Amino acid sequence: MAKITYQHPNGTVTVVDVEAPNTVMRGAKLNNVEGIEAQCGGSAQCGTCHVYIDPANTLPLPAMDDVEDDVLYGTACERSEFSRLSCQLPVSDAIDGLLVHLPEAQS
Amino acid sequence: MAADSVVVAGAGQAGADTAAALRAKGFTGRITLIGDEPGGPCDRPPLSKGYLTGAVAPEETVLRPPSFYAAQDIELMAGHRVASVDRDRHTVCLASGLRLPYGTLVLATGCRPRTLPVPGASLSGVLTLRGTADAEDLRLRLSGSPKRVVVVGAGFIGLEVAATARGLGHEVTVVEAQPRALARALTPVMAERVVTGHRDAGVRVLLGREVTALYGDGTGRVRVMELDGGERIAADLVVVGIGVVPNTDLALGAGLGVGDGIVVDSHLRTDDPDIYAIGDCARFPSPYAGRHIRLESVQNATDQARCVAAAICGEPAPYTAVPWFWSEQYGLRLQMAGLTAAPDETVTVGDVAGGRFSVLCFRGGLLIGAESLNRPADHGITRRLLAAGTGPSPEAAREPGFDLKTFARPPAPVRGRAPVQERQTTPV
Repeated sequence: MAKITYQHPNGTVTVVDVEAPNTVMRGAKLNNVEGIEAQCGGSAQCGTCHVYIDPANTLPLPAMDDVEDDVLYGTACERSEFSRLSCQLPVSDAIDGLLVHLPEAQS
Repeated sequence: MAADSVVVAGAGQAGADTAAALRAKGFTGRITLIGDEPGGPCDRPPLSKGYLTGAVAPEETVLRPPSFYAAQDIELMAGHRVASVDRDRHTVCLASGLRLPYGTLVLATGCRPRTLPVPGASLSGVLTLRGTADAEDLRLRLSGSPKRVVVVGAGFIGLEVAATARGLGHEVTVVEAQPRALARALTPVMAERVVTGHRDAGVRVLLGREVTALYGDGTGRVRVMELDGGERIAADLVVVGIGVVPNTDLALGAGLGVGDGIVVDSHLRTDDPDIYAIGDCARFPSPYAGRHIRLESVQNATDQARCVAAAICGEPAPYTAVPWFWSEQYGLRLQMAGLTAAPDETVTVGDVAGGRFSVLCFRGGLLIGAESLNRPADHGITRRLLAAGTGPSPEAAREPGFDLKTFARPPAPVRGRAPVQERQTTPV
């Protein structure tokens, strides 16, 4: 289990506990966190679960593969060096305390 | 009075997402979600893919766990059906006889599969695929020894089932009445590439052929399919994927406008301002088609749900989401953005032979969409370009070395590379 914090564009945060083997995306969907759409259900097809990892993050996250890299070209909000697809971020004890920032829009 | 209560008739993707989006937007009234599938809202995309192979477990096809609806104070009535609407009294009557008041009613009644209009279509072993019960039936029948599987219809459902069945080692034939596969959905070049993928995998694809009859083995199980011209092919299992019929009875009974779908305006309202219709069953004016259309996709269901939830929360806006759709067959990633079936000009970019290319579609010199095979960046960029109402000209797209990535955005910072310091002007 990990505590994941989703920071909305207006600065408010939603903090939820997410169980493995969910993803950061699924954690948001299960808790109805507005700002994560995940229209493809987590298949790295749509780019509507885009998040920005907090720049100060030191928690270990899996490397980005080519598909995720490509899908991130199509996000509704500008991609940055901190952009990830939250459906590609599995939850584990190792990322307890992760802070992600939600973009202004997903589609 | 129930002015602040919302009743959603139909608990598929569109209905379930309406309920979720209402709560996410802060709606505090009563929400009742009514659907006839006993298990509650399910995630349909895996049902024609990973669910059939066992790669996706049954519990993973639940759209959201039961705890979600409890936590969000959404009253989920699974296994129930709205039978009629009394617009004067603002109530719905369920098949069980129960009456519920509504302030706003959302019709998300979806579609049902068309059945094969030939003799023998009711034999055992002739299936359609829509819900989890259908998928479970098909999964069990595909789990045994190799069978002769005939898929009728070379649309997305049919071809996904064909790919899955072939992957499981069955002998697979696809019979399509149109002269080409995916005729309603894809340009010929992409459709041909998809068919080539099937033929390479050993699937027999028969185009421009009609099924005329099915014959059983004397115990009521299908054994033989007869085609036009009299050809007979052996079939242990027939999967019919020849399109769907929108569920409009409820709307018709309520006196709402209906015509291949429940007719709604640009805000997804029916003739009655307190009743919306969304998802597969709704016929809405599409800025991408220039006319009223129905769209059968998760994207459309989700985006229409959000549009209606916003309207109910006092933020009405016309529905303008860019249509998109995806399919996966033999691990090929096929993605469509916009409505690409009838372009007047196409430009193919990428490596067709290598199976990594996109067909950019234009009408009147404007980009109207793209079909991408294993080119997810092209797909996502096209969606952004369409949303912004822009895009390359066909002439620009034909230039050697043209790449949507560099057209649409400055080089993106990628893994291990320093972030781009200087922002360039982009057309998006």
